[in-house]
Amino acid sequence: MAKASERHRHDVVVVGAGIAGLYAALKASEHYDTAVISKVYPTRSHSGAAQGGCAGSLGNMQEDSWQWHLYDTVRGSDFLGDQDAQEILVREAVPVMYEMEHLGVPFSRTPEGKIAQRPFGGHYSDFGKGPISRACYAADRTGHAQLHTLYEQCVKHGVRFYNEFYAVQLIMKDGTCLGVVAWDITHGGLHIFHTKATFFATGGYGRAWRVTTNAHANTGDGVSLILRAGFPLEDMEFVQFHPTGIYPHGMLVSEAARGEGGYLLNAEGKRFMENYAPAKMELAPRDVVSRAEQTEIDEGRGIDGKPFLHCDLRHLGADRIRAVLPQIHELALKFCGIDCTKVPIPIQPSAHYSMGGIPTRVDTQVVSDEKATPVPGLFAAGECACVSVHGANRLGTNSTLECAVYGRRGGLAVVDYLRKNPGEPLELPDQPDALACEEMSRLFSKSNGGDSAAKLREALQDGMQKRCGIYRNENDLQAQLTEVRSLRDQFQKLRVSDMTAKCNTELIEALELGHLLDFSVTIVAGALARRECRGAHWRKDRPGRNDKDWLKHTFSWLDQKGDIRLAYRPVTITRHQPEERKY
Amino acid sequence: MQRTFRIWRTDVENPKRGEFRDYEVEVQEAWTVLDALNEIKWRHDGSLAYRRSCRHGICGSCAMTIDGKNDLACELQVSACKGRVIMVEPLRSFPVLRDLIVDQTDFFERYDSIKPWLICHKAPPTDKERLQSPEDRALIDGTWECILCGSCTSSCPVYWSSSQFLGPAAILKAYRYIFDSRDEGLEDRLQMLDNKHGLWRCHTIFNCVEACPKALNPTEAIIKLRRKIVAEKI
Repeated sequence: MAKASERHRHDVVVVGAGIAGLYAALKASEHYDTAVISKVYPTRSHSGAAQGGCAGSLGNMQEDSWQWHLYDTVRGSDFLGDQDAQEILVREAVPVMYEMEHLGVPFSRTPEGKIAQRPFGGHYSDFGKGPISRACYAADRTGHAQLHTLYEQCVKHGVRFYNEFYAVQLIMKDGTCLGVVAWDITHGGLHIFHTKATFFATGGYGRAWRVTTNAHANTGDGVSLILRAGFPLEDMEFVQFHPTGIYPHGMLVSEAARGEGGYLLNAEGKRFMENYAPAKMELAPRDVVSRAEQTEIDEGRGIDGKPFLHCDLRHLGADRIRAVLPQIHELALKFCGIDCTKVPIPIQPSAHYSMGGIPTRVDTQVVSDEKATPVPGLFAAGECACVSVHGANRLGTNSTLECAVYGRRGGLAVVDYLRKNPGEPLELPDQPDALACEEMSRLFSKSNGGDSAAKLREALQDGMQKRCGIYRNENDLQAQLTEVRSLRDQFQKLRVSDMTAKCNTELIEALELGHLLDFSVTIVAGALARRECRGAHWRKDRPGRNDKDWLKHTFSWLDQKGDIRLAYRPVTITRHQPEERKY
Repeated sequence: MQRTFRIWRTDVENPKRGEFRDYEVEVQEAWTVLDALNEIKWRHDGSLAYRRSCRHGICGSCAMTIDGKNDLACELQVSACKGRVIMVEPLRSFPVLRDLIVDQTDFFERYDSIKPWLICHKAPPTDKERLQSPEDRALIDGTWECILCGSCTSSCPVYWSSSQFLGPAAILKAYRYIFDSRDEGLEDRLQMLDNKHGLWRCHTIFNCVEACPKALNPTEAIIKLRRKIVAEKI
């Protein structure tokens, strides 16, 4: 382990190879030497798991406008989203969708040959009236189609890929970001990436919960590296639970299932959404539907008394299901052993999406405080970032849209930044990888000998599930804050049993656990402080949304001891004043 | 239910050498092979090395050879494995890096070599999508869904014996673009496809079809591409 780190120089280094990272890399590579570091092969990034669609008011199926899309996004966010960022999102959605088609994305088509669109929850026509077909799709593998196309474009444009490299530390000097330190997972060893622009597109953090739709890789690495560099995270308490995770493991059944007309049923065989969102039923936003499901389960109307409900597609007919929801058909068959053309799918709410993350300006530059002071050389977009377009709750199909719009903008912003700041980057500090080396030697230290990473991770996931899930209260959150801090202490004594350098996935899991623990403190502390109900954050002991005190973004810093400092920033409101949110 | 997982473990110093090691696992209901591997790694032996990510068959990380057949560990239910002992090995024909992790550099280089991107000489409309009929779009169904897990190429006897054969995954990708009505890159790709290491090397053994966890058919793509190229020549 004592071997000196290998050094690399690139103009731009993108960390993460999902839709946001690849779009940024593609745009940056048109003008600058661009590299991508990814902990998995790029085509294995979790963007590929996005199923149902990518929103854009193309109006290919019926009249639509970005103004309607904006209204839905603002209301969907429970008025916590910044409306300047949201307006950029929905306006740029249209040209970006066309650009993705031009790049080669194999979208499904309408009879006239246009990009096909389908309805999704939370998206309506004419300022909140009826459902609207706004989600551009490629069957129910939209993310897969977008991810592969962008990867292929990056290969074409000569982007340099460092696959299975795991970022472990940010390199900072005099307030400027000079790159990252990464561990080569395959061969072992630290690498120093010296760069003028570092772009984080490291994805979300659903792995902090026991039941999640997320990939094993979604451990919030990027957000925790930002915390450790002394920068804040924004709105971490807002985590979305998806209404249709397969029971018991939580894999995603796309919202397209409901968009195409699927029903949600309780043990009485009743479409229970009647009692919660009579106008929009199953197509109410996700926070509303997940809470309804949790209430049904808590009040004993789960199927056979168990903690799950049914998603029923049978009435759509076998042909339609196979044509437009082929992956869901396959998932139900492979993971539940059922044919969903004949039997309903068992589903439950599952941790799905992180609305919060690394605070950025609308040009994706990372900011270091609630006053939006930019960090030179550091950018972020996609699920790891909080710009904030999703506020307190994200609408379905707005996530891959955010990745595309802000990943693309980020790539262009990096080009602009480099043009305005020509010349070589600052010299690296002495021992730029000191923190990473210290962490590695601690994990490999023979004198340590605490619990395994797996055990601590399960304790974290169980606690977050029980005490920081869909319904929250002060006592639970207080208990969970104590628990996470105690787990962080135990993590200091953790040692990996595998001492080899090559393909040491036990080491990676230990490093990931450190990340999970760090950002989890900010989630729990943010949730504890926010005494109201808004979007996905629901405090049973503090009913009602409280715009007077809480129409603001949370900023949280983590110090070495695990203590949190909180600050707040007002929400940017342009076109739509907060109003009651009913569906 | 108790099952034995007989897993290929490589020598730490020399991954070309190794041995099968048995792990007894109490398998829970609805567990996949990946759940069992996780159980082993998290509770019995942290050093077991394998790739995994999405755990629902879309990322393609966890392709491996299970009971002699290539499959995704995350999709294969343990209950679907018949014997009491379940054999788990790394994908064949790729160099093994460690345990179940193989080196797929060469696999991705061949995929890159067929220019896996839309080649289009006409500029698209500036403020609209290009039109493509649903019928034209349907021509590439069964190809664009490929998750690049490597199961097909690893199962191909021609790939085993020929160090230069493109392999089924790369050719399937070539098909995905050549049969895309928006693409004009047939000629750009001909050099890679129309030679003895390309399309014509395939002996239509159909192993790739059997190995594909997404039920795609690379052999059919190879045959259709051959026809197209012959037709173009005439």
